[in-house]
Amino acid sequence: MNLFDFCYGLIHWLVDLINNIWYRLGDWLPWWFGDFFTGVGDFARSHGHIAVMAILLEVLIIIIIALINVLNFIWLDRKFMGRMFDFYGPYYVGYRIGGWLQNLADGIKLFVKEIITPAKADKLGFLLAPIIYVGSSFLALATIPLGRQFYIGTNADPLSTGVEASALIAFAFFAIAPFSILIAGWSSNNKYTLIGGMRSAAQMMSYEIPMLLTVASVFLMAGSFGFMGIVDAQHDIWFGIPLFIGLVTFIICLAAEVEIQPFDLPEAEAELVEGWTTEYCGMRFGLFMMTGYLRGYIGGALATALFLGGWHGPAFLPDPIWFLIKAYIVFVLIEWARWSLPRVRVDQILNIGWKRLLPMAILNLMIAVLLKTAGWF
Amino acid sequence: MAEMWINMGPQHPMTHGLWNLRVKVDGETIVDAQPEVGYLHRGIEKLVEGRTYTQVIPITDRLCYGSSLTWSHLYCLTAENLMGVEVPPRAEYIRVAAIEMQRIASHLMWLAAYSTDLGLMLGFLYTMRDREVFIDILQALSGSRLTYNYPRIGGVAHDVPPNFERDTLRACNYMEKKLKEYEDLFEGSKVFMMRNVDVGLLKKEDAMNLGVTGPPLRASGVKYDLRKDMPYSVYPELDFEPVTHPDGDCYARYRVRMDEMYESCKIIRQAVQKMPKGKWRVVAPRNGPVGTGLGRVEDPRGEGVMYIVGDGTDRPYRLKIRSPIFVTVSAAPKMLIGYKMADVVAIMGGLDMCIGETDR
Repeated sequence: MNLFDFCYGLIHWLVDLINNIWYRLGDWLPWWFGDFFTGVGDFARSHGHIAVMAILLEVLIIIIIALINVLNFIWLDRKFMGRMFDFYGPYYVGYRIGGWLQNLADGIKLFVKEIITPAKADKLGFLLAPIIYVGSSFLALATIPLGRQFYIGTNADPLSTGVEASALIAFAFFAIAPFSILIAGWSSNNKYTLIGGMRSAAQMMSYEIPMLLTVASVFLMAGSFGFMGIVDAQHDIWFGIPLFIGLVTFIICLAAEVEIQPFDLPEAEAELVEGWTTEYCGMRFGLFMMTGYLRGYIGGALATALFLGGWHGPAFLPDPIWFLIKAYIVFVLIEWARWSLPRVRVDQILNIGWKRLLPMAILNLMIAVLLKTAGWF
Repeated sequence: MAEMWINMGPQHPMTHGLWNLRVKVDGETIVDAQPEVGYLHRGIEKLVEGRTYTQVIPITDRLCYGSSLTWSHLYCLTAENLMGVEVPPRAEYIRVAAIEMQRIASHLMWLAAYSTDLGLMLGFLYTMRDREVFIDILQALSGSRLTYNYPRIGGVAHDVPPNFERDTLRACNYMEKKLKEYEDLFEGSKVFMMRNVDVGLLKKEDAMNLGVTGPPLRASGVKYDLRKDMPYSVYPELDFEPVTHPDGDCYARYRVRMDEMYESCKIIRQAVQKMPKGKWRVVAPRNGPVGTGLGRVEDPRGEGVMYIVGDGTDRPYRLKIRSPIFVTVSAAPKMLIGYKMADVVAIMGGLDMCIGETDR
């Protein structure tokens, strides 16, 4: 039973429950009122309506899981940072669950803050930037499966491979964010945000290329553009083992794409006060921050699906749990580098991207071609 | 992108304190720079004129939050020079041990600020944690943690606490172990080296012409340390070497400060072990003579000079303070031009700015 099947059954059961009363109302009411009620009941019971409702429910489930993971990630980040820095991290809010409620407290604090738009800002761009940033990042979640049967599907076939080219779609949505950052930096009408936005654009463009080249090697090995095909192809061996160079390149590019510490130039707080988010405050800033962690989660999920065997693991845990464990490990690795390395300079970051990572990505692609030609995959 | 002026400060994470650096950038490259100081002017030189010689000591403490002890020590040296007071040897040794501990604490605070400038929070918390060791000893010695008010004209306020020698030696051993750890943390990191080597070059001639003193000057390869070249207090009797580095970049400044901490540990050890028994304070006259006094010390940030004029009353007629950073910051454009905007934090952080003494 896949997620669609489950949601379909749930919606069907609910509709039937309501229809028990609804049809009786139709029987009880006089002439065309009764026909109308019966017609609405029939429409609610039709396959099309229930399928649409089931897909919406699936989307809701996936988003809720993602948001819970984001809360976990923020907590894990702070706790891990605290342990590295020789202090406790969040402690008092939610004392019995390790300070987990600190995130919620911070969220409430951001909610009650005033949202200020600078007088000289471009109002439309200033409003649009967080919407694009948050929206595109959530859309990238749409095609990422958490398990063999746990994804946003449209049919109940247990062997269904979901959307064709789903990995391409995820990367396409993942790559929209630089535009919104550029818009945010430009529309704030502030020199720090402008430089931050420009840095972000330059950085993301130059890291997109090695990242997609390593992804291309995975597509080549798996012979598929979809996550299902890629993960199924890793049943015997994870792609991270033969394509280890690719895995390393991918994780470094990921750190640059989600803008965390060694590569967080766009929001380098030492020289550009808070980079492109300088003028944002209140919940708009909160959305940017939360989406930053959401992108960390998406990045971990992508690395897991492409290189670390997705949901494959010993059978004593269900698929999505294995998937999340691996995604968390990738995230913690990135955070480890984040808290123990200084920030790279802007010309150095481009040098790393073009002179180090691009040759590594091409080498990785050649290895993939070699392995594929030799017929081992 | 067109060239534009960017204000870094007065409220900006890059400025430790209240000053302004205006940089003109072409894209990311700096083409011009103007440091502006004066936001924290408290009129200390004027305040001094209304207070007796002893009452001035707590005010000179407020000159620098990073190394307050060296400044009150400098004032006492100057006043002793004016009055011709002879300080007992035990007091001299206590002073030397205390100001060297203050130097380590100041350099550690610099390292903490510097690592946050480069984006390394880890370095901040580790160095601030280990700074506490010396702050605790100074607290046991003087009673306070930031502005000590410990030296007096003619000695120090009180004798050392019990177990001072044991605690100090322990702290020095601990510090030398921790310094090795910092070297692993900073120099072992490729990113840190990328951000520091060949950044903010200051040539030997420029450094000397612009009046730069202290670690930035020694990092440019000039062997100039007042503790050796114009010895004061009991420094001639102690065995240490001024640290220099030939490169003149940010890494050299970092290296000089790290090596100075090792040297300071050496000095503290010797001072504590050689400390004679005896009086720690002599009574200084209440009224200063008509005349002038001069004191020069090697502050953690450079050369601090005080010049005092007495007019025969119990209050100084004039106190002139020469702050090292006020002079050093004039070298900022020389160091900044041609580098990237992200290097501003590394270069200006490497100078160890302290605005309290700059604006006075």
